[in-house]
Amino acid sequence: MTEQEVVALINSSLAEEFELDLEDMDADADIFDDFGLDSLDIVDMVIVLESAFKFKIREERAIRKIRKLGEIYTFVLGKLNEAEQAS
Amino acid sequence: MQLRRVVVTGIGAVSPFGCGFERLTEGLLTGRSAVAYCSALESVGGLRSQIAALVPTLDAKAIPRKFRRSMSAMSIYATLAGQEALTHARLDDAACQDGRTGVVIGSTVGSTLTTEEFFTDYLADHSLERMKSTLFFHIMNHSCASNVAQALDIRGRLLAPSAACSTGCQAIGYGFEMIAFGKQDRMLCGGADEFHPLTVATFDVMHAASINFNATPTQTPRPFDRDRDGVVCAEGSGILLLEELELAKARGAKILAEIVGFATLTDSSNIANPNPAAMTECMRLVLADAGLEAAAVDYVNAHATATEQGDIAEAQAIHELFGARVPVSSFKGHMGHAMAASGSLELAGAVGAMQRGLIAPTLNLEHIDPACAQLDHVRQPRETQVNVMVKNNFALGGVNSSIVLRRYPA
Repeated sequence: MTEQEVVALINSSLAEEFELDLEDMDADADIFDDFGLDSLDIVDMVIVLESAFKFKIREERAIRKIRKLGEIYTFVLGKLNEAEQAS
Repeated sequence: MQLRRVVVTGIGAVSPFGCGFERLTEGLLTGRSAVAYCSALESVGGLRSQIAALVPTLDAKAIPRKFRRSMSAMSIYATLAGQEALTHARLDDAACQDGRTGVVIGSTVGSTLTTEEFFTDYLADHSLERMKSTLFFHIMNHSCASNVAQALDIRGRLLAPSAACSTGCQAIGYGFEMIAFGKQDRMLCGGADEFHPLTVATFDVMHAASINFNATPTQTPRPFDRDRDGVVCAEGSGILLLEELELAKARGAKILAEIVGFATLTDSSNIANPNPAAMTECMRLVLADAGLEAAAVDYVNAHATATEQGDIAEAQAIHELFGARVPVSSFKGHMGHAMAASGSLELAGAVGAMQRGLIAPTLNLEHIDPACAQLDHVRQPRETQVNVMVKNNFALGGVNSSIVLRRYPA
């Protein structure tokens, strides 16, 4: 997947799960303050991302520090790169 | 001990007739049936009954996602009905939040559909990795009560009685008692349930579901009718706001009716079979609680689900106490049996008719069963000023419940 495709899949997956407007999916958006997500939503966000990208991230500590949508892009791209290098 | 008086100041309904208390009352008074063929039941092996009274499509997104994510359909119904009841009563947010307003809303079980969806996924590989954080909030037994309290920001007591078909009636009764005893000032009360084939199967397996009207669904159920053949399952939620009388008057609330008595008891003779003596006893107890004689009652809204055993037992019990004098009707013929929601939806509809000076009839009662013929059956909307009504609900599990409601002012 290209970086653009990864970003698009993150955006569409989160928009569908959390009923967000795709136009609001800005890298600088704060997922708590701007999207209104809370700790329950973060649990479900992990499941949505695991389903979309077929990886396991539930135990990743970095997930708990994420606040911006752009940080999700960076995190997912990093995981995909890790997986690619390992294979 | 001087008990406080309790009145109804708001009513909300999500019924097979659609959203709204007015729509419910109109449906009952215009003789409409909300029962239809249910194609979702076609693929269920062994199920003979293929009809249901379902809530039409509604706008669930009127409830913000933050609250809706923890709701299955039954909580959505209860929340929309609860919001309507608060709006109807013109109760402000401060009153909801002062700790003196509580919630008593129950369902038969938590969401069976959510449970089914979870296990369908889980049993594929016995993995919990795909389990959503909100699963528990859909399937917990107090799902409706908690979700309503969260969505409407109600901060007093919370109770979720679960007694199948008696749930809605019990919820109103327990809310009434909490206010009467001074523990709370206002209670949002009622029942809710959502449709699932398992509910139909529960009755079908006991030969208590209607199975002979799949091609003519609006002709069933047929409470007290010679040709009745059982229950038609339904869904929805009826919610009433109860308030302490003096507080309601002080804020200028429009008072719709007064709750004056509640009784519930256990019929331990059989977990499934109705017993007329236990039904009579429940109505006797509720009259005693209300401090009224049977002669004061001028309408009985029956449970009457259109099963042979249940209808005959209730007809005997009503006759034992009231003779042939009191008009009787059941609303199951219009909108089936909404299980935990049935008691509160039917009480709401009876109040709606009472406000119009009418009694809504029993739909599909064409040929009265001779075993039920000793009563004054209401078969067309009847112009009558109801002053005191008794509402019955009798549940599988042996849970009988009755409420006495009086016109206000008396």
